[in-house]
Amino acid sequence: MKNENKELGLKLLKDMYLCRKFEEKVQHYFSLGMIHGTTHLSIGEEGAAAGTCEGLEPQDLMYATHRGHSQAICKGIDINLMMAEIFGKATGVCKGKGGSMHIADKDKGVLGANGIVAAALPLACGSAFAAKRRKQNVVTVAFFGDGAANEGAFHEAMNLASAWDLPVLFVCTNNTYAMSTHISKVMKDTDIAKRAIPYGMPAETVDGNDSLAVYECIKSARDYVAKNGPMLIVENTYRISGHSKSDGNLYRTKDEINAWKARNPIDKMRNDLLEAKTCTVEELDAVDKETTELIDKAVKFALDSPYPELDDVYHDVYAL
Amino acid sequence: MPKKEITYANAIKEAISEEMIRDEDVFMMGEDIGVYRGAFGVSGDLVETFGEDRIIDTPISEQGFVGCAIGAAVAGMRPIVEIMFSDFMTVCWDMIVNQAPKMRYMFGGKVSVPMVLRTASGGGTGAAAQHSQSLEAMLCHVPGLKVIVPSTPRDAKGLLKSAIRDNNPVIFLEQKLLYRTKGMVEEEEFTIPIGEADVKREGQDCTIITYGRMVQMCLAAAESMEKEGIDVEVIDLRTLLPMDTEAIIKSVIKTRHALVVHEAVKTGGIAGEIIARIADSEAFYYLDAPLKRLASEDVPVPFCPVLEKGILPDEAKIIATVKEMLA
Repeated sequence: MKNENKELGLKLLKDMYLCRKFEEKVQHYFSLGMIHGTTHLSIGEEGAAAGTCEGLEPQDLMYATHRGHSQAICKGIDINLMMAEIFGKATGVCKGKGGSMHIADKDKGVLGANGIVAAALPLACGSAFAAKRRKQNVVTVAFFGDGAANEGAFHEAMNLASAWDLPVLFVCTNNTYAMSTHISKVMKDTDIAKRAIPYGMPAETVDGNDSLAVYECIKSARDYVAKNGPMLIVENTYRISGHSKSDGNLYRTKDEINAWKARNPIDKMRNDLLEAKTCTVEELDAVDKETTELIDKAVKFALDSPYPELDDVYHDVYAL
Repeated sequence: MPKKEITYANAIKEAISEEMIRDEDVFMMGEDIGVYRGAFGVSGDLVETFGEDRIIDTPISEQGFVGCAIGAAVAGMRPIVEIMFSDFMTVCWDMIVNQAPKMRYMFGGKVSVPMVLRTASGGGTGAAAQHSQSLEAMLCHVPGLKVIVPSTPRDAKGLLKSAIRDNNPVIFLEQKLLYRTKGMVEEEEFTIPIGEADVKREGQDCTIITYGRMVQMCLAAAESMEKEGIDVEVIDLRTLLPMDTEAIIKSVIKTRHALVVHEAVKTGGIAGEIIARIADSEAFYYLDAPLKRLASEDVPVPFCPVLEKGILPDEAKIIATVKEMLA
C-alpha cells in the first residue's frame, strides 16, 4: 500500500520495532537461561499486531493469544513492566504470576493473553455483551490463530456473537501453522474468512505483513462492529521464529522461512515509506535507534528488579 | 423474625430476584431459563418480571455462554449462569477450570470474576450416568473457585445471595431431588456467609459430616438412633470450598467419632479430604474409633432405580456404620 501518512507510518514502524526488539531480547535471555519456562515468539507477525491495535480506539478491549507479546505491546502495555513479567520479577505487569503466556493489563484494555487456544473468543463475547448492555462505544478484539479456527470455542463464540449482535472483532492472525501442522492438512478449505458466512457476519482478508493495510482494514471494521455487531478479519502472515523453545523447524524449509523473512513487515514498511518519499532513511533509522534504547531500558529495568517474595504466592487467589 | 414456608427451588428464585432488583448489573443466562422456566422450573416467572434482556436464553454452547459470562464479569457485571445439569460442566471445563478461577491470579490481581455458576447436581432421578453425577470434588481441586452445596431452602437462599455478591467465581451446586422440598425461610432479607458450616443437629456421641441432599438422610438416621440412646451430631458443611475445618475439628473433639457421608463416589471424593483434615489435626488424639466414610459406590450412576438406590448411602447404612464405630 502506498504510504504517504508520515505520522501513522512512523507510529506503526515504531510499534513493530518495539515488538521485534522486545522478542529478540526475550529470545536472547531465554537462550542464556535467564528467562524461565517457555516463550512463544511472534517475530514476523508484528504487522498484524501493530496494524490491528492502531486501528482501534483507546477505550477498546483486547484478548491476546498465547503468542501475544506483540499484541500486548501494540495495545500499549508498559514494556518495562512486561519485560519484568517475562523475567518473573515482582515488578512485572502481573507481579510475576503470569509470565509470557498471560500478559494482561486491564487498565490498558489488555484483558489477557491466554494459554488455551480459542478460549479468548467466548471471553471476548462477554466484555462485548457488557459494553452493548451499557451502551458504551467499546469494541472487543479477540485475537486467535488459524489453529484456533478449528476449536469448538471458535464456532460457539462466532455463533453467540452473531446471534446477539455483539461488538466483537474476531481477528485471525493466520500464520498457516498450528504449531507444526500446516493449515492445508487440517482444513478442507483454508479460506478462514469463509467461516464467517454461516454466522451471517462479514469478513475480510488482508495482508498481515502490510501493517498499513491492516490498519485501514481494522479501522473500518471497528466502525462497522461498533454499529452493527461482529466481524471476522483474517490477517495472513508468517511466524519466522519457531513455535516455542523446542521447535526444530522440521516441518518447514529454510527456503520458505527465508522467503518470508524477505517479506517481513518491518522492512516492508521502511521500503514503502522510502518509495513514497514520505520519510528519509535518517528518519527511519532514528526510530530504529530510539526503540533499541527503549528495549535496552526495559531489559535493564527487568534485570534490576527483585524476584517476588515466596509469601506472594498466596495473594490474589481470591478477590475480597 | 417472621418466617414462611417455601420450596428449595423458590428460595433460589427469590434470591435471584432480590439480587436482580438490588443490582442492575446482575443478570442470568442459560439454556431454556426464560419462557420454559428452566429444566427444573427454578426461574419460574423471572422472565416476565425482568424481561428477556436480563433472563437470557442461550444457544446450547456451554463454552460459549459460560465464557461470555466470565468475560462480562471481568467487565464489571455480575452474571448468574445456569448449566442445566452439572454433568454438562465437563463440556466447558476449560472455562470453569482454566479461565474463571485463574484470571485474577495470572493477571496479578487486576481483574476479578464475580460470576455464579448455578447447576443441578446429583442423582436419584433415573437419568443415568450422564445426568446424575456429583462432581464437587473435582471443583474443590481448583483454587480460585468457591463451591457451595445447600441442603435447605433457607441455606439455598442465603448462600446464593452471598454468592451473587461475592467477587469470585462461585459454583452453586443445587440438589435436584431437593428442588420440591420445603422449609422455613425468613420473610425479611438475609444472607448466609460463604464458608460457614451449620450444625443441623447437636449430639454428643458421634459426628456425621455431610452436605447436600444427604443432610436430611443423616438427620433422619440421627432421629432413629436417638430412640436407641445414640446421640448424633450432624454438621452440614454447606460450603465445600472454602471448608469450615474449625467446625469439624471442634465437633470431633467433642464426640470422639467422625463419619463423613456424601452422594458423590467414594474414590477421590471430598470425604477423603475431610478425613485427612481430621487426621492431621489435634482431633486425631481424641478419636475412639477409626474415621469412616459412606459414599456412592465407585461406579457410574446406573439407570435402573433398584441399582441406583443400591449404590448410594441410605439411612440403614448410616445407622449400621455409626453403631459399628460406637461398638
